Amino acid sequence: MTLDETVACIGAGHAGVQLAESLRTEGFAGRIVLIDEQEHLPYSRPPLSKEFMTGTEMAPLPLKGASWYAAHDVTLHTGTRATSIDRERRRVHLEDGSALGWNHLVLAQGARARTLDVPGSTLAGIHTLRTLNDAKGLRAPLARSNRVVVVGAGFIGLEFACAARATGLDVTVVDPAGRALARSVSSVTAAALVSRLEAAGTHFSFETSVLAFQGEDHVRRVLTSNGDLDADLVVIGIGVVPRDELAHEAGLEVDGGIVVDSALLTSDPNITAVGDLAVSSSTGARTECVQNAADQARYVAQRIVGKTAEQYAHVPRFWSHLGPNRLQIVGTWTGSDNSELAGNPDGAFSIRHYRGSSLIAVESVNQPREHMQARKALESRLSVA
Amino acid sequence: MPTITYRQPDGSTLSVAVSDGTSVMRAALENDIRGIIGECGGQAMCATCHVYVGSTPELPPIAEEEQEMLECTAAPRDPARSRLGCQLKAGSDFEAIEVEIPARQV
Repeated sequence: MTLDETVACIGAGHAGVQLAESLRTEGFAGRIVLIDEQEHLPYSRPPLSKEFMTGTEMAPLPLKGASWYAAHDVTLHTGTRATSIDRERRRVHLEDGSALGWNHLVLAQGARARTLDVPGSTLAGIHTLRTLNDAKGLRAPLARSNRVVVVGAGFIGLEFACAARATGLDVTVVDPAGRALARSVSSVTAAALVSRLEAAGTHFSFETSVLAFQGEDHVRRVLTSNGDLDADLVVIGIGVVPRDELAHEAGLEVDGGIVVDSALLTSDPNITAVGDLAVSSSTGARTECVQNAADQARYVAQRIVGKTAEQYAHVPRFWSHLGPNRLQIVGTWTGSDNSELAGNPDGAFSIRHYRGSSLIAVESVNQPREHMQARKALESRLSVA
Repeated sequence: MPTITYRQPDGSTLSVAVSDGTSVMRAALENDIRGIIGECGGQAMCATCHVYVGSTPELPPIAEEEQEMLECTAAPRDPARSRLGCQLKAGSDFEAIEVEIPARQV
Protein backbone atom coordinates (compact mmCIF):
# COMPACT_ATOMS: atom_id res chain seq x y z
CA MET A 1 0.00 0.00 0.00
CA THR A 2 1.55 3.26 -1.09
CA LEU A 3 0.44 6.85 -1.42
CA ASP A 4 0.13 6.66 -5.17
CA GLU A 5 -2.17 3.66 -5.15
CA THR A 6 -5.74 4.22 -6.30
CA VAL A 7 -8.84 2.36 -5.33
CA ALA A 8 -11.63 3.16 -7.76
CA CYS A 9 -15.18 2.11 -7.04
CA ILE A 10 -17.99 2.21 -9.58
CA GLY A 11 -21.16 2.88 -7.63
CA ALA A 12 -21.58 5.23 -4.69
CA GLY A 13 -24.43 3.54 -2.88
CA HIS A 14 -24.29 1.93 0.54
CA ALA A 15 -21.42 -0.35 -0.47
CA GLY A 16 -19.31 2.26 -2.27
CA VAL A 17 -19.50 4.87 0.46
CA GLN A 18 -18.87 2.32 3.20
CA LEU A 19 -15.83 1.09 1.27
CA ALA A 20 -14.42 4.63 1.16
CA GLU A 21 -15.05 5.18 4.84
CA SER A 22 -13.60 1.83 5.87
CA LEU A 23 -10.52 2.25 3.68
CA ARG A 24 -9.73 5.51 5.51
CA THR A 25 -10.54 3.99 8.91
CA GLU A 26 -8.22 1.09 8.13
CA GLY A 27 -5.42 3.48 7.23
CA PHE A 28 -5.45 3.38 3.43
CA ALA A 29 -3.43 6.43 2.36
CA GLY A 30 -3.83 6.32 -1.41
CA ARG A 31 -6.45 7.82 -3.68
CA ILE A 32 -10.08 6.81 -3.39
CA VAL A 33 -12.43 7.62 -6.24
CA LEU A 34 -16.16 6.90 -6.25
CA ILE A 35 -17.92 7.03 -9.62
CA ASP A 36 -21.70 7.14 -9.83
CA GLU A 37 -24.04 8.04 -12.66
CA GLN A 38 -26.59 9.52 -10.29
CA GLU A 39 -26.10 13.24 -9.82
CA HIS A 40 -26.95 13.31 -6.11
CA LEU A 41 -24.85 13.23 -3.01
CA PRO A 42 -24.90 9.51 -2.07
CA TYR A 43 -28.03 8.78 -0.05
CA SER A 44 -29.62 6.12 2.10
CA ARG A 45 -32.13 3.91 0.31
CA PRO A 46 -34.31 2.34 3.03
CA PRO A 47 -36.35 5.48 3.77
CA LEU A 48 -37.26 6.01 0.10
CA SER A 49 -40.13 3.53 0.04
CA LYS A 50 -41.31 4.48 3.53
CA GLU A 51 -41.25 7.87 5.27
CA PHE A 52 -39.74 9.66 2.29
CA MET A 53 -42.73 8.57 0.21
CA THR A 54 -45.29 10.19 2.44
CA GLY A 55 -43.32 13.39 2.50
CA THR A 56 -42.36 13.99 6.11
CA GLU A 57 -38.72 14.33 5.08
CA MET A 58 -38.15 16.57 2.09
CA ALA A 59 -34.48 15.76 1.55
CA PRO A 60 -33.06 12.26 1.27
CA LEU A 61 -30.93 11.02 4.14
CA PRO A 62 -27.31 11.40 3.02
CA LEU A 63 -24.91 8.54 3.69
CA LYS A 64 -22.32 11.20 4.53
CA GLY A 65 -22.55 14.97 4.61
CA ALA A 66 -21.10 16.84 1.62
CA SER A 67 -18.08 17.95 3.65
CA TRP A 68 -17.11 14.39 4.53
CA TYR A 69 -15.73 13.55 1.09
CA ALA A 70 -13.27 16.42 1.02
CA ALA A 71 -12.38 15.98 4.69
CA HIS A 72 -11.41 12.35 4.00
CA ASP A 73 -9.85 12.97 0.62
CA VAL A 74 -12.42 10.89 -1.24
CA THR A 75 -13.07 12.00 -4.81
CA LEU A 76 -16.72 11.82 -5.72
CA HIS A 77 -17.47 11.67 -9.45
CA THR A 78 -21.25 11.85 -9.46
CA GLY A 79 -23.37 12.38 -12.53
CA THR A 80 -20.77 10.44 -14.52
CA ARG A 81 -21.32 7.04 -16.08
CA ALA A 82 -18.50 4.57 -16.39
CA THR A 83 -18.60 3.27 -19.96
CA SER A 84 -15.96 0.56 -20.01
CA ILE A 85 -13.31 -1.19 -17.99
CA ASP A 86 -9.88 -1.73 -19.49
CA ARG A 87 -8.52 -4.58 -17.39
CA GLU A 88 -5.16 -4.75 -19.13
CA ARG A 89 -4.29 -1.09 -18.59
CA ARG A 90 -6.30 -0.92 -15.38
CA ARG A 91 -8.45 1.98 -16.39
CA VAL A 92 -12.08 2.91 -16.21
CA HIS A 93 -13.37 5.01 -19.08
CA LEU A 94 -16.01 7.59 -18.28
CA GLU A 95 -18.70 9.01 -20.54
CA ASP A 96 -17.09 12.44 -20.57
CA GLY A 97 -14.18 10.85 -22.46
CA SER A 98 -11.79 10.81 -19.53
CA ALA A 99 -10.15 7.72 -18.09
CA LEU A 100 -9.16 6.88 -14.57
CA GLY A 101 -6.33 4.56 -13.62
CA TRP A 102 -6.63 2.18 -10.66
CA ASN A 103 -4.72 -0.44 -8.76
CA HIS A 104 -7.82 -2.00 -7.28
CA LEU A 105 -11.24 -1.71 -8.85
CA VAL A 106 -14.41 -2.35 -6.90
CA LEU A 107 -17.71 -2.87 -8.69
CA ALA A 108 -20.66 -1.72 -6.58
CA GLN A 109 -23.29 -0.53 -9.05
CA GLY A 110 -26.06 -2.50 -7.37
CA ALA A 111 -29.16 -3.48 -9.28
CA ARG A 112 -31.91 -1.86 -11.29
CA ALA A 113 -35.63 -2.38 -10.89
CA ARG A 114 -36.99 -5.10 -13.15
CA THR A 115 -39.58 -3.80 -15.56
CA LEU A 116 -42.70 -5.47 -16.86
CA ASP A 117 -42.97 -5.83 -20.60
CA VAL A 118 -46.65 -6.12 -21.43
CA PRO A 119 -48.85 -4.05 -23.78
CA GLY A 120 -49.26 -0.54 -22.43
CA SER A 121 -46.31 -0.70 -20.04
CA THR A 122 -44.92 2.61 -21.34
CA LEU A 123 -48.04 4.58 -20.38
CA ALA A 124 -47.62 7.49 -17.97
CA GLY A 125 -48.48 6.67 -14.38
CA ILE A 126 -46.52 3.39 -14.34
CA HIS A 127 -43.50 3.60 -12.06
CA THR A 128 -40.74 1.57 -10.49
CA LEU A 129 -39.21 2.47 -7.12
CA ARG A 130 -35.52 2.01 -6.62
CA THR A 131 -33.66 5.34 -6.79
CA LEU A 132 -34.08 8.77 -5.30
CA ASN A 133 -35.37 10.07 -8.63
CA ASP A 134 -37.94 7.26 -8.69
CA ALA A 135 -39.09 8.20 -5.19
CA LYS A 136 -39.25 11.91 -5.99
CA GLY A 137 -41.17 11.11 -9.17
CA LEU A 138 -43.78 9.18 -7.20
CA ARG A 139 -44.60 11.78 -4.57
CA ALA A 140 -46.71 14.11 -6.69
CA PRO A 141 -48.64 11.29 -8.46
CA LEU A 142 -49.28 9.72 -5.07
CA ALA A 143 -50.84 12.95 -3.86
CA ARG A 144 -53.25 13.22 -6.83
CA SER A 145 -54.15 9.57 -7.41
CA ASN A 146 -57.12 7.62 -6.15
CA ARG A 147 -56.65 4.03 -7.22
CA VAL A 148 -53.28 2.38 -6.98
CA VAL A 149 -52.28 -1.02 -8.30
CA VAL A 150 -49.03 -2.46 -7.01
CA VAL A 151 -47.57 -5.25 -9.11
CA GLY A 152 -45.47 -7.55 -6.93
CA ALA A 153 -45.90 -8.47 -3.26
CA GLY A 154 -42.23 -8.23 -2.31
CA PHE A 155 -40.73 -5.75 0.15
CA ILE A 156 -40.86 -2.73 -2.16
CA GLY A 157 -44.41 -3.49 -3.30
CA LEU A 158 -45.72 -3.97 0.23
CA GLU A 159 -43.87 -0.96 1.63
CA PHE A 160 -45.23 1.25 -1.12
CA ALA A 161 -48.71 -0.23 -0.67
CA CYS A 162 -48.55 0.71 3.01
CA ALA A 163 -47.43 4.25 2.23
CA ALA A 164 -50.19 4.67 -0.37
CA ARG A 165 -52.84 3.17 1.89
CA ALA A 166 -51.71 5.44 4.75
CA THR A 167 -52.63 8.43 2.61
CA GLY A 168 -56.12 6.99 2.13
CA LEU A 169 -55.82 5.64 -1.41
CA ASP A 170 -57.54 2.54 -2.72
CA VAL A 171 -54.70 0.01 -3.07
CA THR A 172 -54.63 -3.42 -4.69
CA VAL A 173 -51.52 -5.61 -4.76
CA VAL A 174 -51.34 -8.29 -7.46
CA ASP A 175 -48.77 -11.05 -7.65
CA PRO A 176 -48.50 -14.16 -9.80
CA ALA A 177 -47.27 -16.16 -6.80
CA GLY A 178 -49.64 -17.76 -4.34
CA ARG A 179 -48.48 -15.58 -1.48
CA ALA A 180 -46.53 -12.46 -0.50
CA LEU A 181 -42.76 -12.23 0.10
CA ALA A 182 -42.26 -15.65 -1.42
CA ARG A 183 -38.48 -15.25 -1.69
CA SER A 184 -37.98 -13.46 1.60
CA VAL A 185 -39.96 -14.90 4.50
CA SER A 186 -41.73 -18.08 5.50
CA SER A 187 -45.40 -18.51 4.68
CA VAL A 188 -46.57 -18.02 8.28
CA THR A 189 -44.93 -14.60 8.51
CA ALA A 190 -46.15 -13.61 5.05
CA ALA A 191 -49.73 -14.60 5.87
CA ALA A 192 -49.66 -12.69 9.15
CA LEU A 193 -48.41 -9.53 7.44
CA VAL A 194 -50.88 -9.77 4.56
CA SER A 195 -53.83 -10.20 6.91
CA ARG A 196 -52.77 -7.04 8.78
CA LEU A 197 -52.44 -5.06 5.57
CA GLU A 198 -55.86 -6.38 4.51
CA ALA A 199 -57.33 -5.32 7.83
CA ALA A 200 -55.95 -1.84 7.12
CA GLY A 201 -57.78 -1.84 3.78
CA THR A 202 -55.24 -3.01 1.18
CA HIS A 203 -56.63 -5.55 -1.28
CA PHE A 204 -54.59 -8.52 -2.49
CA SER A 205 -54.96 -10.63 -5.59
CA PHE A 206 -52.56 -13.58 -5.63
CA GLU A 207 -52.02 -16.04 -8.48
CA THR A 208 -52.73 -13.06 -10.69
CA SER A 209 -50.65 -12.00 -13.69
CA VAL A 210 -50.76 -8.60 -15.33
CA LEU A 211 -51.69 -9.00 -19.01
CA ALA A 212 -51.79 -5.36 -20.15
CA PHE A 213 -52.22 -1.75 -19.12
CA GLN A 214 -54.85 0.43 -20.79
CA GLY A 215 -55.35 4.17 -21.07
CA GLU A 216 -54.88 6.97 -23.61
CA ASP A 217 -51.65 8.56 -22.46
CA HIS A 218 -52.02 7.75 -18.82
CA VAL A 219 -52.78 4.36 -17.30
CA ARG A 220 -56.48 3.88 -16.43
CA ARG A 221 -56.94 0.13 -16.23
CA VAL A 222 -54.88 -2.94 -15.46
CA LEU A 223 -55.96 -6.11 -17.24
CA THR A 224 -55.08 -9.18 -15.23
CA SER A 225 -55.60 -12.93 -15.44
CA ASN A 226 -58.07 -12.46 -12.61
CA GLY A 227 -60.20 -9.57 -13.90
CA ASP A 228 -59.61 -5.88 -14.59
CA LEU A 229 -58.68 -3.18 -12.10
CA ASP A 230 -59.12 0.58 -12.40
CA ALA A 231 -55.91 2.43 -11.63
CA ASP A 232 -54.48 5.90 -11.99
CA LEU A 233 -51.13 4.93 -10.52
CA VAL A 234 -49.19 1.68 -10.91
CA VAL A 235 -46.01 0.70 -9.12
CA ILE A 236 -44.06 -2.28 -10.40
CA GLY A 237 -42.11 -4.05 -7.66
CA ILE A 238 -41.09 -7.34 -9.20
CA GLY A 239 -37.48 -7.55 -8.14
CA VAL A 240 -34.20 -6.30 -9.50
CA VAL A 241 -31.65 -7.07 -12.16
CA PRO A 242 -27.97 -6.85 -11.17
CA ARG A 243 -26.10 -4.17 -13.08
CA ASP A 244 -23.38 -6.45 -14.34
CA GLU A 245 -23.15 -5.23 -17.98
CA LEU A 246 -19.82 -3.42 -17.61
CA ALA A 247 -18.33 -6.47 -15.94
CA HIS A 248 -19.69 -8.72 -18.65
CA GLU A 249 -18.30 -6.50 -21.42
CA ALA A 250 -14.94 -6.51 -19.66
CA GLY A 251 -14.92 -10.30 -19.81
CA LEU A 252 -15.46 -10.96 -16.11
CA GLU A 253 -17.40 -14.06 -15.15
CA VAL A 254 -21.08 -13.16 -14.88
CA ASP A 255 -23.90 -15.54 -14.01
CA GLY A 256 -26.97 -13.82 -12.61
CA GLY A 257 -24.63 -11.18 -11.16
CA ILE A 258 -20.88 -10.79 -11.01
CA VAL A 259 -19.42 -14.05 -9.78
CA VAL A 260 -17.16 -13.63 -6.73
CA ASP A 261 -15.10 -16.05 -4.66
CA SER A 262 -14.98 -16.28 -0.88
CA ALA A 263 -12.81 -13.13 -0.76
CA LEU A 264 -15.32 -11.27 -2.99
CA LEU A 265 -12.84 -11.22 -5.86
CA THR A 266 -14.15 -11.51 -9.39
CA SER A 267 -12.46 -13.67 -12.02
CA ASP A 268 -9.87 -10.85 -12.22
CA PRO A 269 -7.80 -10.76 -9.00
CA ASN A 270 -7.55 -6.96 -9.21
CA ILE A 271 -11.30 -6.48 -9.32
CA THR A 272 -13.75 -6.96 -6.48
CA ALA A 273 -17.54 -6.93 -6.56
CA VAL A 274 -19.72 -6.14 -3.54
CA GLY A 275 -23.35 -5.63 -2.67
CA ASP A 276 -26.50 -6.48 -4.60
CA LEU A 277 -24.72 -7.36 -7.84
CA ALA A 278 -22.26 -9.90 -6.42
CA VAL A 279 -23.20 -13.56 -6.74
CA SER A 280 -21.37 -16.08 -4.59
CA SER A 281 -19.60 -18.79 -6.59
CA SER A 282 -20.30 -21.30 -3.81
CA THR A 283 -24.01 -20.63 -3.19
CA GLY A 284 -25.03 -19.08 -6.51
CA ALA A 285 -26.94 -16.46 -4.53
CA ARG A 286 -26.94 -12.69 -4.35
CA THR A 287 -27.81 -10.95 -1.09
CA GLU A 288 -29.89 -7.82 -1.55
CA CYS A 289 -29.71 -5.75 1.59
CA VAL A 290 -28.03 -2.69 3.01
CA GLN A 291 -26.29 -4.57 5.78
CA ASN A 292 -24.71 -7.03 3.33
CA ALA A 293 -23.48 -4.14 1.17
CA ALA A 294 -21.93 -2.43 4.19
CA ASP A 295 -20.45 -5.61 5.69
CA GLN A 296 -18.91 -6.65 2.39
CA ALA A 297 -17.43 -3.18 1.91
CA ARG A 298 -15.90 -3.24 5.42
CA TYR A 299 -14.37 -6.63 4.68
CA VAL A 300 -12.96 -5.55 1.31
CA ALA A 301 -11.36 -2.46 2.86
CA GLN A 302 -9.58 -4.69 5.38
CA ARG A 303 -8.53 -7.06 2.63
CA ILE A 304 -7.15 -4.25 0.46
CA VAL A 305 -4.99 -2.89 3.27
CA GLY A 306 -3.85 -6.40 4.12
CA LYS A 307 -5.56 -6.67 7.50
CA THR A 308 -7.47 -9.84 6.75
CA ALA A 309 -6.66 -12.92 4.76
CA GLU A 310 -9.80 -14.70 5.88
CA GLN A 311 -12.81 -15.46 3.79
CA TYR A 312 -15.82 -13.19 3.91
CA ALA A 313 -18.39 -14.57 6.33
CA HIS A 314 -21.46 -12.93 7.70
CA VAL A 315 -24.99 -13.53 8.89
CA PRO A 316 -27.45 -11.67 6.66
CA ARG A 317 -30.03 -9.39 8.24
CA PHE A 318 -33.07 -7.83 6.65
CA TRP A 319 -35.81 -5.58 7.89
CA SER A 320 -38.97 -4.05 6.60
CA HIS A 321 -41.45 -1.64 8.04
CA LEU A 322 -45.05 -2.11 6.99
CA GLY A 323 -47.08 0.48 8.85
CA PRO A 324 -46.98 -0.54 12.51
CA ASN A 325 -45.54 -3.94 11.60
CA ARG A 326 -41.81 -4.20 12.06
CA LEU A 327 -40.31 -7.23 10.39
CA GLN A 328 -36.73 -8.19 11.21
CA ILE A 329 -34.94 -11.24 9.87
CA VAL A 330 -31.55 -12.65 10.74
CA GLY A 331 -30.02 -15.65 9.01
CA THR A 332 -31.22 -17.62 5.99
CA TRP A 333 -34.38 -19.60 6.66
CA THR A 334 -34.68 -21.45 3.35
CA GLY A 335 -32.56 -24.42 4.45
CA SER A 336 -34.60 -25.09 7.58
CA ASP A 337 -36.16 -28.49 8.27
CA ASN A 338 -38.11 -27.48 11.36
CA SER A 339 -39.50 -24.24 12.71
CA GLU A 340 -41.01 -23.06 15.92
CA LEU A 341 -43.45 -20.23 16.49
CA ALA A 342 -42.99 -18.09 19.58
CA GLY A 343 -45.70 -15.57 20.31
CA ASN A 344 -48.99 -14.83 18.65
CA PRO A 345 -49.26 -14.45 14.85
CA ASP A 346 -52.01 -11.90 15.50
CA GLY A 347 -49.66 -9.82 17.63
CA ALA A 348 -45.94 -9.90 18.24
CA PHE A 349 -44.23 -13.14 17.26
CA SER A 350 -41.07 -14.78 16.05
CA ILE A 351 -40.42 -17.87 14.02
CA ARG A 352 -37.21 -19.69 14.82
CA HIS A 353 -35.88 -21.84 12.01
CA TYR A 354 -33.64 -24.83 12.67
CA ARG A 355 -31.65 -27.26 10.61
CA GLY A 356 -31.58 -30.33 12.81
CA SER A 357 -31.06 -28.85 16.24
CA SER A 358 -29.13 -25.77 15.19
CA LEU A 359 -30.75 -22.39 14.86
CA ILE A 360 -30.20 -20.92 11.37
CA ALA A 361 -32.62 -18.00 11.13
CA VAL A 362 -35.20 -16.04 13.06
CA GLU A 363 -38.02 -13.94 11.63
CA SER A 364 -39.56 -11.48 14.06
CA VAL A 365 -42.58 -9.23 13.80
CA ASN A 366 -42.67 -6.52 16.46
CA GLN A 367 -40.20 -8.43 18.63
CA PRO A 368 -36.91 -6.52 18.31
CA ARG A 369 -35.56 -8.07 21.50
CA GLU A 370 -35.94 -11.58 20.05
CA HIS A 371 -34.32 -10.36 16.86
CA MET A 372 -31.32 -8.87 18.59
CA GLN A 373 -30.82 -11.94 20.77
CA ALA A 374 -30.96 -14.16 17.70
CA ARG A 375 -28.53 -11.87 15.93
CA LYS A 376 -26.06 -12.13 18.78
CA ALA A 377 -26.43 -15.90 18.93
CA LEU A 378 -25.94 -16.39 15.19
CA GLU A 379 -23.08 -13.89 14.91
CA SER A 380 -21.19 -15.31 17.89
CA ARG A 381 -21.33 -18.75 16.34
CA LEU A 382 -19.85 -17.26 13.16
CA SER A 383 -16.92 -15.77 15.05
CA VAL A 384 -15.99 -19.10 16.64
CA ALA A 385 -16.48 -21.08 13.42
CA MET B 1 -32.80 27.31 15.19
CA PRO B 2 -32.56 24.26 17.45
CA THR B 3 -29.04 23.17 18.28
CA ILE B 4 -27.51 19.77 18.86
CA THR B 5 -24.20 19.39 20.64
CA TYR B 6 -22.34 16.16 20.08
CA ARG B 7 -19.72 15.06 22.59
CA GLN B 8 -17.23 12.43 21.40
CA PRO B 9 -15.75 9.78 23.71
CA ASP B 10 -12.51 11.83 23.74
CA GLY B 11 -14.38 14.81 25.16
CA SER B 12 -14.36 16.97 22.03
CA THR B 13 -17.66 18.63 21.20
CA LEU B 14 -19.32 20.11 18.14
CA SER B 15 -22.56 22.06 18.06
CA VAL B 16 -24.72 22.27 14.97
CA ALA B 17 -27.79 24.36 14.26
CA VAL B 18 -30.53 22.36 12.57
CA SER B 19 -33.96 22.96 11.15
CA ASP B 20 -37.12 21.71 12.84
CA GLY B 21 -37.83 18.04 12.30
CA THR B 22 -34.18 17.06 11.87
CA SER B 23 -33.28 14.05 13.98
CA VAL B 24 -30.12 13.73 16.06
CA MET B 25 -29.11 10.88 13.71
CA ARG B 26 -29.71 12.82 10.48
CA ALA B 27 -27.89 15.91 11.73
CA ALA B 28 -24.91 13.73 12.66
CA LEU B 29 -24.74 12.22 9.17
CA GLU B 30 -25.18 15.60 7.48
CA ASN B 31 -22.48 17.21 9.60
CA ASP B 32 -19.81 14.52 9.52
CA ILE B 33 -20.11 13.60 13.20
CA ARG B 34 -18.09 10.46 13.88
CA GLY B 35 -19.66 7.53 15.69
CA ILE B 36 -23.25 7.63 14.47
CA ILE B 37 -24.05 5.18 11.68
CA GLY B 38 -27.81 5.04 11.12
CA GLU B 39 -27.67 1.87 9.04
CA CYS B 40 -31.46 1.41 8.86
CA GLY B 41 -32.08 4.99 7.77
CA GLY B 42 -33.90 6.08 10.89
CA GLN B 43 -36.48 3.42 11.63
CA ALA B 44 -35.32 2.22 15.05
CA MET B 45 -34.31 -1.07 13.44
CA CYS B 46 -30.54 -1.20 13.86
CA ALA B 47 -29.52 0.60 17.09
CA THR B 48 -26.47 2.16 15.40
CA CYS B 49 -27.38 5.74 16.34
CA HIS B 50 -27.29 5.12 20.10
CA VAL B 51 -26.54 8.27 22.13
CA TYR B 52 -26.39 9.22 25.80
CA VAL B 53 -28.45 12.33 26.36
CA GLY B 54 -26.71 14.91 28.54
CA SER B 55 -28.08 18.20 29.82
CA THR B 56 -31.55 18.10 28.45
CA PRO B 57 -35.03 19.38 28.58
CA GLU B 58 -37.71 16.80 29.11
CA LEU B 59 -37.76 14.37 26.20
CA PRO B 60 -40.78 12.42 25.03
CA PRO B 61 -41.11 8.95 26.50
CA ILE B 62 -39.33 6.02 24.87
CA ALA B 63 -41.63 4.07 22.56
CA GLU B 64 -41.71 0.31 22.90
CA GLU B 65 -39.67 -0.47 19.77
CA GLU B 66 -36.99 2.01 20.81
CA GLN B 67 -37.03 0.50 24.30
CA GLU B 68 -36.36 -2.97 22.96
CA MET B 69 -33.65 -1.86 20.53
CA LEU B 70 -31.91 0.00 23.36
CA GLU B 71 -31.55 -3.29 25.20
CA CYS B 72 -29.29 -4.48 22.41
CA THR B 73 -26.87 -1.59 21.82
CA ALA B 74 -23.19 -2.32 21.21
CA ALA B 75 -22.07 0.05 23.99
CA PRO B 76 -23.72 -0.45 27.38
CA ARG B 77 -27.14 1.11 27.82
CA ASP B 78 -27.48 3.82 30.43
CA PRO B 79 -31.06 3.41 31.65
CA ALA B 80 -31.34 7.11 32.44
CA ARG B 81 -29.66 8.55 29.35
CA SER B 82 -29.66 6.13 26.41
CA ARG B 83 -31.78 7.00 23.35
CA LEU B 84 -31.75 6.27 19.64
CA GLY B 85 -30.72 9.41 17.77
CA CYS B 86 -33.18 8.70 14.97
CA GLN B 87 -36.10 9.02 17.39
CA LEU B 88 -35.22 12.51 18.71
CA LYS B 89 -36.43 15.33 16.47
CA ALA B 90 -35.45 18.98 16.73
CA GLY B 91 -38.28 21.39 17.38
CA SER B 92 -40.90 18.92 18.52
CA ASP B 93 -38.71 17.04 21.01
CA PHE B 94 -36.10 19.62 21.97
CA GLU B 95 -34.79 23.09 21.20
CA ALA B 96 -31.29 22.42 22.46
CA ILE B 97 -29.78 19.09 23.35
CA GLU B 98 -26.38 17.68 24.18
CA VAL B 99 -25.68 14.06 23.36
CA GLU B 100 -22.68 11.95 24.13
CA ILE B 101 -21.61 9.44 21.48
CA PRO B 102 -20.77 5.96 22.73
CA ALA B 103 -17.48 4.31 21.89
CA ARG B 104 -19.13 1.57 19.80
CA GLN B 105 -22.18 1.25 17.56
CA VAL B 106 -21.73 -2.16 15.92
